[in-house]
Amino acid sequence: MAIDKLLKDEATEEKGERARMSSFVGAMAIADVVKTTLGPKGMDKILQSAGRGQSVTVTNDGATILKSLHIDNPAAKVLIDISKVQDDEVGDGTTSVVVLAGELLREAEKLVAVKIHPMTIISGYRMAAECARDALLKKVMDNKEDAEKFKSDLMKIAMTTLSSKILSQDKEHFSKLAVEAVMRLKGSTNLEAIQIIKKAGGSLRDSFLDEGFILDKKIGIGQPKRIENANILIANTAMDTDKVKIYGARVRVDSMSRVAEIEGAEKEKMREKVQKIIAHGINCFVNRQLIYNFPEELFADAGIVAIEHADFDGIERLALVTGGEIASTFDNPESVKLGHCKLIEEIMIGEDKLIHFSGVEMGQACTIILRGASFHVLDEAERSLHDALCVLSQTVVDSRVLLGGGWPEMVMAKEVDELARKTPGKKSHAIEAFSRALQAIPTIIADNAGLDSAELIAQLRAEHHKEGSNAGIDVISGAVGDMEKLGISEAFKVKQAVLLSATEAAEMILRVDEIITCAPRRREDRM
Amino acid sequence: MALAFDDYGRPFIIIREQEQKTRLRGLDAQKANISAGKAIARILRTSLGPKGMDKMLSSPDGDVTITNDGATILEQMDVDNQIAKLMVELSRSQDYEIGDGTTGVVVMAGALLEQAEKLLERGIHPIRIAEGFETASRIAVDHLERISHKFEFGSTNIEPLVQTCMTTLSSKIVNRCKRSLAEIAVKAVVAVADLERKDVNLDLIKVDGKVGGKLEDTELIHGIVVDKDMSHPQMPKRIENAKIAILTCPFEPPKPKTKHKVDIDTVEKFQTLRQQEQKYFDDMVQKCKDVGATLVICQWGFDDEANHLLMHRNLPAVRWVGGVELELIAIATGGRIVPRFQELTPEKLGKAGLVREKSFGTTKDRMLYIEQCANSRAVTIFIRGGNKMMIEETKRSIHDALCVARNLIRNNSIVYGGGSAEISCSIAVEAAADRYPGVEQYAIRAFADSLDSIPMALAENSGLQPIETLSAVKSQQIKENNPCCGIDCNDVGTNDMREQDVFETLIGKQQQILLATQVVKMILKIDDVISPSEF
Repeated sequence: MAIDKLLKDEATEEKGERARMSSFVGAMAIADVVKTTLGPKGMDKILQSAGRGQSVTVTNDGATILKSLHIDNPAAKVLIDISKVQDDEVGDGTTSVVVLAGELLREAEKLVAVKIHPMTIISGYRMAAECARDALLKKVMDNKEDAEKFKSDLMKIAMTTLSSKILSQDKEHFSKLAVEAVMRLKGSTNLEAIQIIKKAGGSLRDSFLDEGFILDKKIGIGQPKRIENANILIANTAMDTDKVKIYGARVRVDSMSRVAEIEGAEKEKMREKVQKIIAHGINCFVNRQLIYNFPEELFADAGIVAIEHADFDGIERLALVTGGEIASTFDNPESVKLGHCKLIEEIMIGEDKLIHFSGVEMGQACTIILRGASFHVLDEAERSLHDALCVLSQTVVDSRVLLGGGWPEMVMAKEVDELARKTPGKKSHAIEAFSRALQAIPTIIADNAGLDSAELIAQLRAEHHKEGSNAGIDVISGAVGDMEKLGISEAFKVKQAVLLSATEAAEMILRVDEIITCAPRRREDRM
Repeated sequence: MALAFDDYGRPFIIIREQEQKTRLRGLDAQKANISAGKAIARILRTSLGPKGMDKMLSSPDGDVTITNDGATILEQMDVDNQIAKLMVELSRSQDYEIGDGTTGVVVMAGALLEQAEKLLERGIHPIRIAEGFETASRIAVDHLERISHKFEFGSTNIEPLVQTCMTTLSSKIVNRCKRSLAEIAVKAVVAVADLERKDVNLDLIKVDGKVGGKLEDTELIHGIVVDKDMSHPQMPKRIENAKIAILTCPFEPPKPKTKHKVDIDTVEKFQTLRQQEQKYFDDMVQKCKDVGATLVICQWGFDDEANHLLMHRNLPAVRWVGGVELELIAIATGGRIVPRFQELTPEKLGKAGLVREKSFGTTKDRMLYIEQCANSRAVTIFIRGGNKMMIEETKRSIHDALCVARNLIRNNSIVYGGGSAEISCSIAVEAAADRYPGVEQYAIRAFADSLDSIPMALAENSGLQPIETLSAVKSQQIKENNPCCGIDCNDVGTNDMREQDVFETLIGKQQQILLATQVVKMILKIDDVISPSEF
């Protein structure tokens, strides 16, 4: 019959229970992959790329791990996607969101097995998520008014975030770096303004934040290596051969002497341009594009430092720091804003020469120099620092703060449990399951730290039964501790995003009752 | 395979390479076709109604789509069977025409095919069945007209519209905040609607989404959102009372279309050319400045020099704005799209109360909001959600809701949902059947049976006893002579859809029945399937 050829060759179709099973299994498998990286004692993963070079990445950042996995299971892809979004949106909690979604589905699987309809589970989960969010909202602290306290909040958040990363040994040092860098941004969330330069060598502790600005470039030959009270012109203009931009123009000559004349004119044009630039009264010129030898020589003659080929970001950041504008025409020197800084000098970090701008006018951008033993360490350090910076910059915008160490999960679980008791009908099973899934997170943190999770969670729950408890898991001492005293805090925004997107994803996967996979597109050549 | 032989026993060659083709004819062909159609309908059946489930589709490139929109499922399903393709087309045409009810139409067609199969087995000729169906569909459509209600709404009283959109949205994953989404959709449609002519141009509503945030953050913006940022990083990020020059010419030297060459052979020429070029840039920027523009939106790119000149003259600019967006901006701000700098005049500038740049999340995503426009006839619905699939599905749901609202403005008749309209039609068709002499009577009765299949599927998906519920509702309709009784999917406790506020549009329902009947007629008429065999 024609019926068995409904879909194209190789396309597959899974229905009902089988479809649900396959998405549960896929989602849980993904959650299990990243589960062991959760918490301060979480482990790292080595990722080896399949491409040429087989480059190796060592990380415990959930989003990075999941991004590099090649997954066929569509449900797993949903989880990877929420982790990516979490990364883009708040920067941290990328592992938690996947683990929570995985746990929610694990609980849902049990409920489906006892014949509770997915739609009932979904409506229960929705009620529970709403209730959990309200519980968190009730408990948030906001110290925006008090600058001193706010800064210490930021510090605590940075430490908490970094404690689960490779930087945990020097977390105090790096938290200070991150907080200072973010405070400099003055409320903007543009992390591009914070430049991270990685230089192998030295130890992680040697990393530092430079209040000035460092450009990873060299100064042209024969030009001064040190300028005080520099006036900087930042430009984006062609300094190689300034082409005629009128379309169709070409040089057509009939003799060699004409060629020479035109060449002379071209040179003259460049000289004029350089003269115009010099007329701005500058002693440093930074261009985004190449500077050829001829103009460079002219600059050297005028005693001007010319820096070529600074990339787009570099130029933008430099403009931010020095307060100059990015110029492309040079006819009106009086109205172009120049950048200023006290000192430009060439410095050496490790074996590389860099240009250092210090004493800048506006401190809206800054540079963090990371030092470390190997590229892998540096890469991971950058990722960790990026996470911390993201969380901090988001916290500056939304300054609500929660305690950490499994405290928010327990608070939510308690409220959700209460809701389950009040709710009649089958939904209450789903609500209970939601609370179990929430408790799974502190359990995993404890498990990863090699502690007796069952014992600890039971203690924690008892502790939380009292009003206004601050109890959470203290991984270092391996016991239940007061999170406020220990100074473990998390940003509200991160927790809220984890809760909502995990529930949304779980809901989405639960609603599916059929999976149709199209035949994979044929590729002409395979690697 | 049947072959014809001539007097000498050699086979006639009628079709090229006929040995290699599989051929089905007669009743076999019809049965094969029907079973293919039914298979498609079976896939969609579980997605029907507020408790319908979603389908997860994985595209050839591995992208995942999760949806319960019939048209989207079928479009992405990559079907190979000819009849299945017809069903895909069916759902698509419902989508184009009405925008909603794409699942229902396929389920309906599937039910009709199922009934037709039974009649074929009894030996009734397919054409007679088709004619019977045709007659029955006319009865049903007329009946729908009779039980429909007109309802009144104005630009101030949008509640009835919101209710109808909520019915549409309640079957989607976004039903968590269907109220706010329905309001957004209705407000958007009312904003762009021409109530005089009863026409709505949905092109004026831009639906855009960005991952992150939560569904509740979805908002309606009376203006345009463009996924672009200022061309120069140091341009102002906020402009009040902007006068916008909308250009489709690049800030670059002209490129005449005719082939030409500019030959440089002397130094003087080289220099004049250079001055020309500088003057050209200067002129362009000056012209924009002269007409009083405070923001330039351009379809093309800028030369570095032009960019700096713009910055220098304090004229913020946006580059590489797409053609569609450019048109929307022009409509919203009341400006004219200007193809040449020479044609720039102060009257052609668009006006907007506020233009601002907004950044999202931790990445460098920025979007440009153009708000408080002179003419608020173009609006944007900006969707936020936890992940990519969610955004896509929300976009589709909003599209459905927009279509429904548009249909209501065009024609404000509604019928009640929850399967009540189908049940009522089924009763009417059943009663009418007896008046027809001849074989068609059977087909008409079969049509009535297949109308029942939609409420049946609804009940099934909601976890109710399908046969029991359906018969109870049916008898209630006849007893109380009330065409508003339907399936109580959400377990509210009442069967009366009027109390539950579940509406659907009349034209949507009529279209469903007509389209489904047409396709079934077409499938029934096929009696020979010739397809190249596998090799």
